[in-house]
Amino acid sequence: MHFFAKQSRGLLHKVAGSAIISLSVGLLAGAQAEDVKVGVLHSLTGTMAISEITVKNATLLAIEEINKKGGVMGKKIASVIEDGASEPATFAQKAQKLIEQDKVSTVFGGWTSASRKAMLPVFERLDNLLWYPVQFEGNECSPNIMYSGAQPNQQILPAFDWAVEKGYKKYFLVGSDYVFPRTANLIVKKHIENDKLTLTGEEYVPLGGTDFSSVINKIKAGGPAIIFNTINGDSNVAFFKQLAAAGLTAKDYPVMSFSIAEQEAKAIGPKLLEGSYAAWNYFMSLPNASNKAFIKAYAAKYGKDQLITDPMIHGYVDVYVWKAAVEKARSFEPDKVRKAAVTLKEINTPMGKIKFDANQSLYQTAYVGQLKADGQFKILWDSKKNLKPEPYDALAFPGKTCKP
Amino acid sequence: MKKFTLPFMAALFLVLAAAPAILDGYNLSLLGRFLALALVTLGLVWCWGKGGVLSLGQGVFFGLGGYAIAMHLKLMGLPAGEIPDFMMWNGMSDLPAWWAPFKSPIFAVAMVFVIPGIASFIMANLLFRRRITGVYVSLITQAVALAFATLLTSQQGVTGGFNGLTNFTTLFGANYGTPEMQKTLYWVTVGFVALTFVVGILLERTYFGKTLLAIRDGENRSRYLGYDPVPYKVFAFTLAGILAGVAGALFTLHVGVISPAMVGVVPSIEMVVWAAIGGRESLMGAILGTVLINFAKDRISTALPDAWLYIMGVLFMLVVLFPPQSWKLPRLFKASKKPTFKEVHGD
Amino acid sequence: MGDTALFLGQLFNGVSVGSILLIAALGLALSFGLMRVINMAHGEFIMIGGYLAFLAHQIIPSGASLWLALPLAFVGTFLLGALLESTLIRRLYGRPLDTLLATWGLSLILQQAARQIFGPTGVEVTAPAWLSGAINFSGALSGLTIPHVRIFVIVLALLILGGLLLLINKTRLGMLVRAVNQNREVASTLGVNTRLIDMTVFAIGAGLAGLGGAALALISPVTPTVGQSYIVDAFLVVILGGLGSLAGTTIASFVVGLFSAGLQTFTSVSFAKVLLLAGVVAFLQWKPKGIVVMKSRALEEA
Repeated sequence: MHFFAKQSRGLLHKVAGSAIISLSVGLLAGAQAEDVKVGVLHSLTGTMAISEITVKNATLLAIEEINKKGGVMGKKIASVIEDGASEPATFAQKAQKLIEQDKVSTVFGGWTSASRKAMLPVFERLDNLLWYPVQFEGNECSPNIMYSGAQPNQQILPAFDWAVEKGYKKYFLVGSDYVFPRTANLIVKKHIENDKLTLTGEEYVPLGGTDFSSVINKIKAGGPAIIFNTINGDSNVAFFKQLAAAGLTAKDYPVMSFSIAEQEAKAIGPKLLEGSYAAWNYFMSLPNASNKAFIKAYAAKYGKDQLITDPMIHGYVDVYVWKAAVEKARSFEPDKVRKAAVTLKEINTPMGKIKFDANQSLYQTAYVGQLKADGQFKILWDSKKNLKPEPYDALAFPGKTCKP
Repeated sequence: MKKFTLPFMAALFLVLAAAPAILDGYNLSLLGRFLALALVTLGLVWCWGKGGVLSLGQGVFFGLGGYAIAMHLKLMGLPAGEIPDFMMWNGMSDLPAWWAPFKSPIFAVAMVFVIPGIASFIMANLLFRRRITGVYVSLITQAVALAFATLLTSQQGVTGGFNGLTNFTTLFGANYGTPEMQKTLYWVTVGFVALTFVVGILLERTYFGKTLLAIRDGENRSRYLGYDPVPYKVFAFTLAGILAGVAGALFTLHVGVISPAMVGVVPSIEMVVWAAIGGRESLMGAILGTVLINFAKDRISTALPDAWLYIMGVLFMLVVLFPPQSWKLPRLFKASKKPTFKEVHGD
Repeated sequence: MGDTALFLGQLFNGVSVGSILLIAALGLALSFGLMRVINMAHGEFIMIGGYLAFLAHQIIPSGASLWLALPLAFVGTFLLGALLESTLIRRLYGRPLDTLLATWGLSLILQQAARQIFGPTGVEVTAPAWLSGAINFSGALSGLTIPHVRIFVIVLALLILGGLLLLINKTRLGMLVRAVNQNREVASTLGVNTRLIDMTVFAIGAGLAGLGGAALALISPVTPTVGQSYIVDAFLVVILGGLGSLAGTTIASFVVGLFSAGLQTFTSVSFAKVLLLAGVVAFLQWKPKGIVVMKSRALEEA
């Protein structure tokens, strides 16, 4: 379809023409020969669009910045954006499309574990490389995925250690009913047991659930010292509203959240959340100069008053690491890029100096923050150094390791 | 109309047979998975278009078929004595007893038909013997779809939870996901669709097919005339269930993943729309409707993600306000349909 | 927290969940009963009510905004309901399954519109200060807490129910509605403008959903997709209660609410949901017409 040039992303082409045309002829979308193509695959529609669109924006910002400075190895980066529509099957389908049809060099994308798990076999089969930006439950190391989001030992366990250090003895675990909360909590439970602490309860609510009355009753019945919250998405709003309505304030029942960043805090209402804790590897309030420059650049591109979150930074950083790896490998071949990426020196980023470990996960610092009334987090604690990523928790999954 | 439909159908299947020579790998795999979905729609033609029973729970049977084959694939890729990885992450140490038989390929393939068949047969009997009709059936099946998706998600240790089942390595002794396998899978899918279509055309002309329409158009009237509508409706519903199960299994093989996201309330409703767009009682329309709408979704949701929901929403309203089966000009996709008793005489 | 306190707490939660279901389902029962319209966009009216509450808070940024939010939400969704009835729903009378599909399409459009107008992350609506406290018990019932905002929702649900019953049983409009409900043709022959009645009833149903949405925004999120979390449950309550029966819908709401809270005491929230849905389906096997069977010629054969 060379007569539809790259720029003609018009309505007519995409809507009217494409369904019929693509039935008969393979669509060989034509980027200019000197461009290098990369895929950006996030949910632009569906329930996950809330979170993923901003990661897509951050990724595109990085691509734009790199292009302004001359691109990668003299080539401009052309991004092919695809919509995973919050469905695992669609993610798998679009990943295949990006690799087979658009012939991209690499793909940045994914958010839920379900989407990553669905894409993994596609990337392995077609031998391409996926850069995954979100904190997850570990227990996975594919040679075809670069895991820049936190492993459990870089987010939830440091937060647990912090809570233990603070003297909290009783824990209540509440999460959405999916894989990350259940696996993360399995690990935390092993550690609670190991440290001879008390677990007063564990509850899962379906994704999107809005009724927490029974959960709150159970929390009160157990009388925990701290609540570990792995609820995801909209349900958090209901949880905190109902917690506040029941008179449970941050003072009596501190909550440590693992899926609430600056954006989610704004949607829930900082008033309700004030004083509660969150654990991440990046907060918008990090004071380093690179972060300030990033926030400014993001606001210049997407409008002021934009909030920046941990997964967005990972999505942004991934592009720069990919660029550095390509330049080190002097090749766009996924296999060579992957090998170069784990031997790079530390790169300076808005989240500090970072590099990838041989297991293709990221060395990064853990932070515990406390939400202030203005919707930003005050950083209470940090791990002092970059933590080595451990895909398998030694206590919960003894003997399991990544075979490099 | 028949004289248009048959040549058209022959031409279409010729095009489908030639597709691997024309399409690139990606578009061929899309066509394959959409044809698999067309089996669900063909089932809905029987159950809804001709039987008058609108099931909003086809995702359940789709999922049962998909999970049956996915369990087999999950077990085949394992070294001896190991359990699937997700079970290990959930702290389990042994394979549940009901998983074990799925190791056998024959058993698993049989279950693709048997489990959705039994499930839909039981459900149909429960519904129709109690004379539950119309919107009640729709809303109850919808509740079942919600319950099933929630159940799958909450029993993560044995179902893979929200992630579902994925990362398959072998299928019946061959490497999973090679281009040759994709092509074979495509042929198998086309074969199933063609078979279902031809059997459907024959079934339309039988006594059964005509009685089903009569029951749809006047259930009580049929009862007065001495027909017991229950077995007819049970048959149509079970047929739709089995077809959805086969579709689920084929779709899972094409895509390489089955998860609760594909079995719940929303996907079940989408399936109904494919049938509605195809004209709900036309077998040909079912196939074309499913393939076209899914190709459109693939392209439009990429180019204009914001617009897709509007387009989808408007489409829902249009196919209801101006149902394709009532169009006057393009009679190609229209099943042979005499005016119903209701239309001629009023109710 | 003692066992008694826990039990009473769950009992209260059951009533609270029941009242939320009642708010979500009353408008549905109304239009379902009279016109056989399966309004899948009903949840989106609840969602719009929430957004109107948010707008009200932008106009009056104080605790009093709730008093603007409730009428604004009712009027806004009432008008939208009237508009939709006269343009779309009206064309589909007598085809309940088709109304189901068309209104599902409508719900997709409304969700996407909300997403584009207000953004995908949802907006902040919090309870005013005078509603944010709770009644705390001491002594034997120590640990039992009754949040004010939940009492408010229960009271509002009962007020809506009471208002609706008065409207239908004591007003002229109500009499006309009952007449149409009993026999549409005869009512029409006797000069009742059945089209106007249909539009009014549908609009009232929409308005009640909006009003409820403004109240539910105090305890639930306000996001483009929040309507989806109510709709299936609300429909189950309506068919469990018996087609179009307000009394049945009320009983069913509280029964489901209490069962849900009861089950959640013993099992996880997720699994309780599965059990509850299975229970409702099983009950309908036993009594396919629901708890309260309406006897009316107009309701025979769907």
